[in-house]
Amino acid sequence: MTTRPAIEVTGVHRVFGRGPTAVTALHDINLSIAAGEFISLIGPSGCGKSTLLRLIADLDQPTDGTITVFDHSAKEARLAREYGIAFQQAGLLPWRTVAQNVDLPLQLAHQGKRARKERIDHLLDMVGLTDFANHYPDQLSGGMQQRVAIARALAEEPSLLLMDEPFGALDEMTREHLQTQLLRICAESRAAVVFVTHSIPEAVFLSNRVVVMSPRPGEIRRIVDITLDRTSDDLRTNPAFFESVAAVRDALHNGAPAGAGVDLR
Amino acid sequence: MNAVKAVLSNKVVAAVLAIIAVAALWETYKALGPDQGVSLGETRILPRTTDITMPHTWEMIQRVVEPVSGATGAQPLWFAVFAAAVFTFSIAIAGWLIGVTVGVVLAVVMQRLAIIERAVLPLVIISQTVPLIALAPLVRSWGSQITIGTVPWQPWMSVAVIASYLAFFPVAVGMLRGLQSPPTIQVELLRAYGAGWWTTLMRLRLPASVPHLIPALRLAAANAVVGTIVAEVATGLPGGIGRMILEYANFASSDPAKPWAPIFGSIILGLIAAGVITLLGLLLRTYRRVETS
Repeated sequence: MTTRPAIEVTGVHRVFGRGPTAVTALHDINLSIAAGEFISLIGPSGCGKSTLLRLIADLDQPTDGTITVFDHSAKEARLAREYGIAFQQAGLLPWRTVAQNVDLPLQLAHQGKRARKERIDHLLDMVGLTDFANHYPDQLSGGMQQRVAIARALAEEPSLLLMDEPFGALDEMTREHLQTQLLRICAESRAAVVFVTHSIPEAVFLSNRVVVMSPRPGEIRRIVDITLDRTSDDLRTNPAFFESVAAVRDALHNGAPAGAGVDLR
Repeated sequence: MNAVKAVLSNKVVAAVLAIIAVAALWETYKALGPDQGVSLGETRILPRTTDITMPHTWEMIQRVVEPVSGATGAQPLWFAVFAAAVFTFSIAIAGWLIGVTVGVVLAVVMQRLAIIERAVLPLVIISQTVPLIALAPLVRSWGSQITIGTVPWQPWMSVAVIASYLAFFPVAVGMLRGLQSPPTIQVELLRAYGAGWWTTLMRLRLPASVPHLIPALRLAAANAVVGTIVAEVATGLPGGIGRMILEYANFASSDPAKPWAPIFGSIILGLIAAGVITLLGLLLRTYRRVETS
């Protein structure tokens, strides 16, 4: 990892509305994310985790504070297409085939036709959809659509990936499969990732650090370092994995004893 | 039962059956209904069934292949109707093109600026409450003061403008809905990739508007045909179906099947116009996957 941070969030506030009905979605957020680092934002609904991601993506602007992405403002980073993004829904364009959907960011970047073709082939191979290149989104399952969306997010080889619960709407099997794929892809591309989730095991499985947030107002409660041996095949059943899950869970409940019914999705 | 469904699912067969059904209804009522029709107090609620009011369907068909008039060398009626229909259709196409252009431009501007949508959309809706009859003389007199380059304003141009006045409305409303149809996630995706307004319009909003645009274009086509026919009558432009309907109405008692010919002509025009749009929809079917699947 280099010393140059991928993202620097300094004193960020986000208030929706004005006057007595104003809602503080984010309160004094400070966060530094290193290049190549995998960060998860976790917390109950309303804690501002998605809002924070949207601010980094420049899809929304902070009321106060600054955000820099690779030493540029969030807006400059967006206009320079510094990041790839994926949402909870795949958001594919229904009139474009799988290949054409992955092609969209490349087209917008005015890349040459040959280079685009090669890149699309590589991306579809990476997410295992080579055989579906000419299918339309309505012919794919939800999990396949989400894989297309991830391939699209990776299209321009971004050094930053922003993901807002990308696996939230998927079934358990697909979800675990895609998590494993995502880790492999990130290891290959060395991209920094900001990953919003409400699943503790998912956050632990994927992340170098888990940012635990609390609502009203949205604040960072604690940042949990995850040190797991990611080369191990049985990571999910490893005792160290469960220890980390317990640690994050502990942070979420602010020290209250973790009861039964841990969200083990 | 399934066999019946299979036959009915064939649109052409269904259309022919529908026409036969209407003809059968016509003949049945003509055969069984009282000569003076059915009246409720002073108001006649069903028409007279005499040969003058309701000619037999086969008489109407037979009349079409006979000459227009008794004069020697008169062309067959169908040919006269055909020539008038071509005239009317050309004007309707011009009116449709103007209407579609105005409608699309209005929709794009309204989508771009919410303040314009709030200001213009009510006017667009109010515009359709102005009766064509009131509009026709205005358009004619305004037009007469205009020259396009060296070409003076032609009477047919007034008719085309009035037709476009009916045609632009469904396009403006339908296109606006279509341009606004992409979900937030798709709009934000384009934004995340640094796409500006124009790129978002071309890559996202225009393709997404097609499912809304096709029905709007079909309505616009029907409106353009009807608008042209009515405007021909209102501005007194000779040569088209509109004036022919008016002229032939004079023969209602002496040659009762004759006035029906231009009426059928106008119906066929409407069908052709709608058919052309259906073909256009087939060409653009990639953009209608969500709608069709």
